[in-house]
Amino acid sequence: MTALATGKARPATPATPVPLRRRRRTSRGDIAVAATSHTLLVAWAVIVIVPFLWTVMSSFKSTGEILASPFSLPSEWSFRNYTAAWTGAGIGGYFLNTVIVVGAALFIVMLLGAMCSYVLARFRFPGNRLIYNALITSMTFPLFLAIVPLFFILRNFGLLNTLPGLILTYVAFALPFTVFFLHSFFKALPDEIHEAAQIDGAGEWSTFFRVMLPMAKPGLASVAIFNFLGLWNQFLLPIVLNTDRDNYVLTQGMAVFASRAGYAVDFGALFAAVVMTVLPVLVIYVIFQRRLEGSVSQGTFR
Amino acid sequence: MLGGRRAAKRRGRLTFDRVSFMAVFLVLPLAIFAIFVISPFVQALYYAMTDWTGFSPDMRFIGLENFVKLFGDDVFLRALLNNVVLAIVVPIVTIVLALAIASMVTVGGPSTGTVRGLRGSGFYRIVSFFPYTVPAIAIGLIWAQVYDPSRGLLNGLLAGVGLDGFADFPWLGRATTALPASIFVIVWGFVGFYTVLFVAAIKGIPAETYEAARLDGAGRLRTVFSITIPQIRDSVRTAYVYLGIIALDAFIYMQALNPTGGPEYSTLTMSQQLYMVAFRKGQFGYATAMGVVLAVVTLMFAAIVFLADRLTGGRADGKERT
Repeated sequence: MTALATGKARPATPATPVPLRRRRRTSRGDIAVAATSHTLLVAWAVIVIVPFLWTVMSSFKSTGEILASPFSLPSEWSFRNYTAAWTGAGIGGYFLNTVIVVGAALFIVMLLGAMCSYVLARFRFPGNRLIYNALITSMTFPLFLAIVPLFFILRNFGLLNTLPGLILTYVAFALPFTVFFLHSFFKALPDEIHEAAQIDGAGEWSTFFRVMLPMAKPGLASVAIFNFLGLWNQFLLPIVLNTDRDNYVLTQGMAVFASRAGYAVDFGALFAAVVMTVLPVLVIYVIFQRRLEGSVSQGTFR
Repeated sequence: MLGGRRAAKRRGRLTFDRVSFMAVFLVLPLAIFAIFVISPFVQALYYAMTDWTGFSPDMRFIGLENFVKLFGDDVFLRALLNNVVLAIVVPIVTIVLALAIASMVTVGGPSTGTVRGLRGSGFYRIVSFFPYTVPAIAIGLIWAQVYDPSRGLLNGLLAGVGLDGFADFPWLGRATTALPASIFVIVWGFVGFYTVLFVAAIKGIPAETYEAARLDGAGRLRTVFSITIPQIRDSVRTAYVYLGIIALDAFIYMQALNPTGGPEYSTLTMSQQLYMVAFRKGQFGYATAMGVVLAVVTLMFAAIVFLADRLTGGRADGKERT
């Protein structure tokens, strides 16, 4: 959790205009308002942080200690719960499956999404607008409408309960957002570059991979982070399409573990499993926090 | 120059390079999209009008029978009602909180000098955004533990400050508190995201607007209602639609907090009921009809929000913005 603290503190400083404050006299009303606002903001920050800290603390406690008191510190800081969750509850295997599925799906959807949005953004052909609109419209329909037919489509292809089947489905449902996001990036690239590449004798293929794709890097990075989070957190698709225990991904494995914990009562390991699921997104968040916020503000919601 | 480019394009269209390029770049992604996204949506419309149980080959076309049955199904209607409550309450609470935080960190600073936010605003933004990145199932499980009657954090805190009446209060186990408690969890997860969205929108408002209002003697609260909200109306509307769609789904949160739908079905959602009927009971036709209702409610919700926006405000501030 120390990584989070430093990650948070750093960008906070440049945002405050310190010299201005020094010179002007702050009125009493301002102080009262500032105090109230800070109190409210601190209260919200506490409400956000404390459940996470409590989860981390509980993940080091034995089940007996958890049942005894929600506040007591663990008697010893051992990683017993983590090993129990990782090997005993199979979280380790689920973690690996998640890395494989999310990694593969992310790579494929970024490639296909970039290709598709590039063609849609820069080539004029009949049906272009229709395809784009179909992609955008599909984002507003609830996944639940598709889930039953999807189950049988995968079964007919023999892809049900397989990792490739899950990867393909992830790709398909992440594609519209990826195209939507990258479309504007490719549209904004100047025509002259495309022309110059063509004059230099580059074909369409090498123009795309050598010139256009590298130029869209900022957009690719932003959409990749969003896709990573979305796919890592995906829950409904795996619980319906991937019911073979050996193929479980982290989110569904954790849910199953939690529902079993009601009887087996290994709460310590449950907390440890939650921590291990949150940790990767925490790392991503700390590293890419600014880019993530930047993309929320600019691209996604226009 | 323009003519030259067009000529080049026309010439290029015949080459193998261009044909193969278009084929691979367009056909491959769209094939996956058509098979796994479009076709299930289209098939759903048909399945919803059958009595299909999935694993048997025979499937009868029964028209709208499923829908008639749905509107006599008390459990489903309860789920529908819960979803409507969620779609109204979750966006309002989230947006109010996010707007309050966004206003404080952007323009809530001292009333002299340039218009600016409070100190340390970055810290608050970053902290509150974090839950958005956490898997919803993890959020649900964390809060299920926080709400636990005997070993949970919440009752521990309440008992700690002397409210012994709450010592064993089952937040998720009472029909009266289960839904509000669940709503809080969803709100908790999304406030940060919309704070960041609103912060960006508020920063797009010219500072002179705020300075002029201040010279006219407008206080902070007045500024929020007279300047901020009208100016970032589009963002608020978008946020309302997105949050409503999230609330109409709400599957993961509810599944983590109360997998069985809560006491007296008080937290059951359409999505949970659909999942249960389809993959536990195997009534695929009936479940798909629920999916159609969910989709219709979602689209109606979006339409209502857009209509309400048009009716209430299009005139008042539409001119200024454009």
